[in-house]
Amino acid sequence: MSERIKVDARGAFCPGPLMELIAALKLVEVGDEVEVWSSDKGSATDIPEWVKKVRHELVGIEPRDAYWSIVVRKAK
Amino acid sequence: MAKKILIVGGGLGGTIVANGLCRQLREELSSGSVSITMLGASQTHMYQPGLLYVPFGRMRESELFRDQRKVLDRCVPYFVDPATRIDIDKKTVTTTSGKSFSYDFLVLATGSRIRPETIPGLAEGAHWFYDLEGARKMRDALRAFEGGRVVININVPHKCPVAPLEVTFMLRDFLTAKGVLDKSEITYTYPIGRVHSLEPVAHWAAPEFERCGIKSEIFFNTKSVDPKAKTITSEEGTTLGYDLLVTIPPHTGQAVIDQSELGKGGWVPTERNTLLREGSSNVFVVGDTTNLPISKAGSTAHFEADTIIDNLSSLIKEDRWARDYDGKVFCFVETGLNSGTYVWFNYLTPPNPGPPSQLVHWFKLAYNRLYWLSARGLL
Repeated sequence: MSERIKVDARGAFCPGPLMELIAALKLVEVGDEVEVWSSDKGSATDIPEWVKKVRHELVGIEPRDAYWSIVVRKAK
Repeated sequence: MAKKILIVGGGLGGTIVANGLCRQLREELSSGSVSITMLGASQTHMYQPGLLYVPFGRMRESELFRDQRKVLDRCVPYFVDPATRIDIDKKTVTTTSGKSFSYDFLVLATGSRIRPETIPGLAEGAHWFYDLEGARKMRDALRAFEGGRVVININVPHKCPVAPLEVTFMLRDFLTAKGVLDKSEITYTYPIGRVHSLEPVAHWAAPEFERCGIKSEIFFNTKSVDPKAKTITSEEGTTLGYDLLVTIPPHTGQAVIDQSELGKGGWVPTERNTLLREGSSNVFVVGDTTNLPISKAGSTAHFEADTIIDNLSSLIKEDRWARDYDGKVFCFVETGLNSGTYVWFNYLTPPNPGPPSQLVHWFKLAYNRLYWLSARGLL
């Protein structure tokens, strides 16, 4: 059964939401999902760009109040 | 009954908390109504940022170490007896020697550790300066290096987020002084789509790289190293050849955190403003041990420790909360062997680094000595 963990990276200037996502993906199994909350509008483009490059799976991006929720499934 | 404060971990965060609490709770410690105990892994306290200078011959090994018992206030019994099990429900910590310590308040300060062995070939093929043995080997490798392809490879997560840039600029200056820069090519790899996680720092560093002839490979997350073929390959599919590979290894937290089921990867889920472990009202977390999305750095541990000292002493003396942690981080950034800058930020204020200067570099060199006052809680 796959799991989803949440990473609240709002207000995270360093190391930042994408670095937090990469670190979190190292701790989960293939098929598990990581949901990143980011208040950096750049995350809505740079996270999908990296996910595509590294061939994980983008499950969804959802704008919320002053932040984005981005869900990624570990594919390998 | 005396209130027992137990600090697990003898690095910078735990040591500042211990020394600060001693000052705030002097009367209670004297009367016996409060006790503070620390468990650590070593007789010595190491100034970790000093390791950056060791490969370049700019700091002596002896300058990095002090006796931990001399850094700690005399009111704190210190046991070199690392924790093997932390039981939050029973409020006890078991140690390597088999002792059991009970507590009323717990401070988790176990820190992080490098894990080069988690990437195939990295430990065999790469140099690093994040521990003394690695810094010694890197010093020897730099002494023997007569030019060639240098790859500086950054992995996630890592502590001291500015160290990758610092070692790159310092290495360039070192190779220039050695007279082999014209026979060398430096390539810097970084996991995300710019050369540093802090956007303003990346905007400053990228043109500096260009000016210095340093190449960069962004979106490079290390998959493996082939030490025989001398190649390094990324998850994104890029392979680079090297003659000298310098890595910032990936880190995890300590095994005791994982084994005690307090947090995956050794990182403890922590409330970002109170620095309390999520779900606990008597367990504080400081420094690299937290899972907070902020820099794992000595200054983070320092500012967090100051908050914990205020809150823990307020809770004990007045049964009230003092203040919240605002996410403050301050980092010096060495921009070569003779210049530096600094950057600070918190949860709400973005970083805005100033232009590098020799003055800031000198202040960093001074801080290399002033550190011991920080650890004692005096600065």
